[in-house]
Amino acid sequence: MSGREQTRDDSLARLLQAYRRTADQADELVFPNGSLRPVWQDLMAHLAQLTPEEIEMRFTRGDRYLRDAGVFYRKYETEGPAERDWPLSHVPVMIAETEWDRITAGLIQRADLLERVVADIYGENRLVADGFLPPSVIAQNPAWLRPLVGITPPGGHFLNFVAFEIGRGPDGRWWVLGDRTEAPSGAGFALENRTASSRIFPNFFARSDVRRLSGFFRAFQQAMEPTAGPDGKKGRIAILTPGQMNDAYFEHTFIARHLGLLLTEGEDLTIRKGRVMVRTVDGLQPVSVLWRRLDAETCDPIELAATSQLGTPGLVDAVRQGGVRMINALGTGILETRALMSFLPKISRAWTGGQLTLPNIATWWCGQPRERDHVLANLDRMMIGSAYSTRLPFDAGDGTSIGGGTNLEALSRRLATEGRDLVGQEAVTLSTTPAWSDGGLVARPMVLRVFLARTRQGWQAMPGGYARIGSGANTAAIAMQQGGTVADVWVVGDSKPPTEQITAAPSVVTRAHLQEAEALPSRAADNLFWLGRYLERAEGNMRLFRAYHDRRGSGMPVEQPLMQVMQGFIAPGSQNLPTPPAKLAQSFEVPLEAAFRSASRVRDRFSVDGMVALHDVVDASRKMSITPMSADDIPRKVSVLLRKITGFSGLVHENMYRSMGWRFLSLGLSLERAANMCTLLSQLCQDDAPDGALDLVLELGDSAMSHRTRYAGAATAASVCDLMALDDTNPRAVLYHLSRAKTHIDHLPGSSENGRLAPMARLGLQVHTRLAVETPETLSPAKLTGLRLGMWRLSDLVSTTYLS
Amino acid sequence: MRYDIRLRINHDYPGAGGIGRHQIRVVPADIPGRQALTVQQLVVTPAAAEYITRKDFFGNSTTMVMHDTAHSQMSIAMRSQVEIFPLSGNFDTSVTLNELPREIASITSLSADAPHHFLGASPRLPPNQDMAAYSRACVSPGMTTRDAVEAVGARLHADLAFDAQATTVETPAAEAFAVRRGVCQDFTHIMIICLRSLGVPAAYVSGYLRTEPPPGQPRLEGADAMHAWVRAWCGKDAGWVEYDPTNAVEPASDHVVVAFGRDYDDIAPVQGILRSSGPNVSAQSVDVIPSASQVRNA
Repeated sequence: MSGREQTRDDSLARLLQAYRRTADQADELVFPNGSLRPVWQDLMAHLAQLTPEEIEMRFTRGDRYLRDAGVFYRKYETEGPAERDWPLSHVPVMIAETEWDRITAGLIQRADLLERVVADIYGENRLVADGFLPPSVIAQNPAWLRPLVGITPPGGHFLNFVAFEIGRGPDGRWWVLGDRTEAPSGAGFALENRTASSRIFPNFFARSDVRRLSGFFRAFQQAMEPTAGPDGKKGRIAILTPGQMNDAYFEHTFIARHLGLLLTEGEDLTIRKGRVMVRTVDGLQPVSVLWRRLDAETCDPIELAATSQLGTPGLVDAVRQGGVRMINALGTGILETRALMSFLPKISRAWTGGQLTLPNIATWWCGQPRERDHVLANLDRMMIGSAYSTRLPFDAGDGTSIGGGTNLEALSRRLATEGRDLVGQEAVTLSTTPAWSDGGLVARPMVLRVFLARTRQGWQAMPGGYARIGSGANTAAIAMQQGGTVADVWVVGDSKPPTEQITAAPSVVTRAHLQEAEALPSRAADNLFWLGRYLERAEGNMRLFRAYHDRRGSGMPVEQPLMQVMQGFIAPGSQNLPTPPAKLAQSFEVPLEAAFRSASRVRDRFSVDGMVALHDVVDASRKMSITPMSADDIPRKVSVLLRKITGFSGLVHENMYRSMGWRFLSLGLSLERAANMCTLLSQLCQDDAPDGALDLVLELGDSAMSHRTRYAGAATAASVCDLMALDDTNPRAVLYHLSRAKTHIDHLPGSSENGRLAPMARLGLQVHTRLAVETPETLSPAKLTGLRLGMWRLSDLVSTTYLS
Repeated sequence: MRYDIRLRINHDYPGAGGIGRHQIRVVPADIPGRQALTVQQLVVTPAAAEYITRKDFFGNSTTMVMHDTAHSQMSIAMRSQVEIFPLSGNFDTSVTLNELPREIASITSLSADAPHHFLGASPRLPPNQDMAAYSRACVSPGMTTRDAVEAVGARLHADLAFDAQATTVETPAAEAFAVRRGVCQDFTHIMIICLRSLGVPAAYVSGYLRTEPPPGQPRLEGADAMHAWVRAWCGKDAGWVEYDPTNAVEPASDHVVVAFGRDYDDIAPVQGILRSSGPNVSAQSVDVIPSASQVRNA
């Protein structure tokens, strides 16, 4: 053995020093005798040549990528859902190509069987008639949606995009733990896992023959491509998301951006003559394909769960009339219920004459005496839970318990009376795979999630990308909600590495696609418009707040008239009352939070940098509000906030594509800024205004320097009015923003028809003209107040014309 | 017996409703051997932009209407003529409670009439321990299912007070049972939970009651609005048997069936979503009178 090999073996031993496989679990990394499996050798050799510090530095690089890319999931906590960084387990899971191909062949066979089963459950019901399914398993199943019975899904298939959770048992065989047929998530996260892991192992990844993921999405996108509707028009492809409170919302926005699909929520859609239409600022536009990420029950408050706020009234009827292709069809969630698993093996034998090559874990439906007895006789290796649950057997939270150790008599009574609603499932032992912990590798339980998409060439599997890793040796802690993590999965073999880039935009995106993606749902426009208004309101109030505390800091008494006027602006109605800074700070904290909420709902329309920058401002403001501050501190800290918020505005301005969405955002900003300046001028730019009022206006308008350059001598009411109201070249002046607002309005859909101005365009022109003809001498407070009212009327008109 | 039936439901939206979609189930059913629908008319005002009538899963006539312009009032007017056939024989052919599970299991079908839909929990009706204990006390295992249905229904009728103030359309059955008060919807929901706890498939029936009783008979409770009662599956031979717990009678010629389902939510007369800014107020009136032609003949 050469010295170099010796060193390599030593470092490998160090890397694996803490790695313990257990005797009763399969292990992905090492054989029972402790030697490395071939598929891992290259990666381990690569890791072994790095020091623990170098390894951690690389892992940090992956985490930084994910954070910068804004990848998050929502964790449901007692005090409400919170955004959490994506929990990447940095060491990918290695699977050999030959084994992977066996897995996917088995899953494709399974997907085909599931398609036939669900078609029968919503169709002929042969399975019930022939005794393969007990009627109550369907009839009592909350996931069986009666309004969908008898409907053949438009497009012909119930299932188009499915996932399977699979685990490896102690004997090395793979088992299906759960079928995900409703609206599986994770495929978008898998792409981000891949990008992160390719940053962690840049050179290694580039020369390895890991199967690439991007072709999968391209093929699926082609398959979704809609055909023309009855009116000859091709509708759009939209993603239907439950909204930003969903744990996988990031993924919905990611896929929308990645594939150029329209991101919609239930309230964006409306049903007309059996077709799904999306409300956009340009009127109703047809949607032909709906990739739903919403549970079917919540999709239609009329025919499905009436309590749902998320759905679209009439959606089921649109499906019935063939007006929309759903991915997946409504009602397919029934395949996820555990009880189904106990019947699939027999159905497969009867229908295909063969076994499922990738079977699910053994499941016994306790509505039958023989199965019930078997469960009772084998309690210590049995998980007992609801027959209709769709969770994995070891996912906590639905009352599933291991049978052993419970009161036998009570349990057998429960099985006898409620057996129909219960299943026993063989307790799962998962294989272990390496995860990084405390400077070395440790063995952790693992579940693979494999995605299948129906393409024009039939089912295609996403080659790797997603595995869940337990946080401890315990299999129960594998769910992300319980601290589990997610690893990339590398399928490696001897074929040549494809040359395609993983992050390249899908090649099928043509100019036409891009134009389609520009359709702006009214809800998105509404959020962008209000984002503009709230941001500007927050910024304006920050400037006021800073100016107020600046003056206080330099000894100006709060009773002073100017201070009282300012306090009135910041906290209307608080004049002559002692008001603590925390109360005054709400004047910008509240609109800032509102801006953040609006932005969160249109995440797909921002660059990741934009979202990060806004997050920064909000974070800083929240931190400021919980740390006690001395009066001297305030102006400095608010200046930091101001720089951050203008930084965000700058990003939006510099980087946001000049789309319709940008116009709404910019319009909101201009109207708010112009209206607020009118308020300031009407009170501060008058003969009877308190001392220092004119300088205050210039300070709040960030125009003190411009004033010095343009006017000789001290500020006068006329000079300030000229600069802050009538100057079309000052980006802080009212006229400047009215000009911009007018331009935006002229570009909105329907602003003029056959040469005639629409009401909004007319009002925009009127308000602009009313100011443009004024001079500093003629512009009275009453006129300023009138102008401000005109702007608010414009804002209302925007809402009623485009946003409702 | 032949009836002229009129129903009018008015919805007022003081906040001016916008786009609305409603699913309506108010037209009497056509049930061979039970009742025949000879005339029907359903008018929605203002006229709907879209109007589709179809059968739902349980075979109930269901009309979906869509309004795409603002309106501050919507009315639903239904007129129909129905002939109710006399019951042919009234022998108890039902199986005993003990035999019922095997009878149920022998039905390998999920058709609308199959008993399997009407056991266990349904969206509005979770199982309830108190009602299960209450029901057990009403019956003995050797009883025929039909006797058991009547025993539970009669006991409920005796124990529950008809009280329109005690509950609303949203009140859970368990709450109404706790105070032993309610209207026909509550009586029906409670009885369904009770029967299901005994393993008897039980369904919710909506319909109409004859407004004025025949001479010399008391006026039935629930005749002023749409009514509800129960139907229970009593075995393969006996099939579905109806029982009205509000009036402690087996519906015969005075009950006109509109729809059946697992509970109220499956067959609410009007289910709707309206984008409106204010509360909405609704009023309902029902007339079920023997047809004039028949009165002349009598």
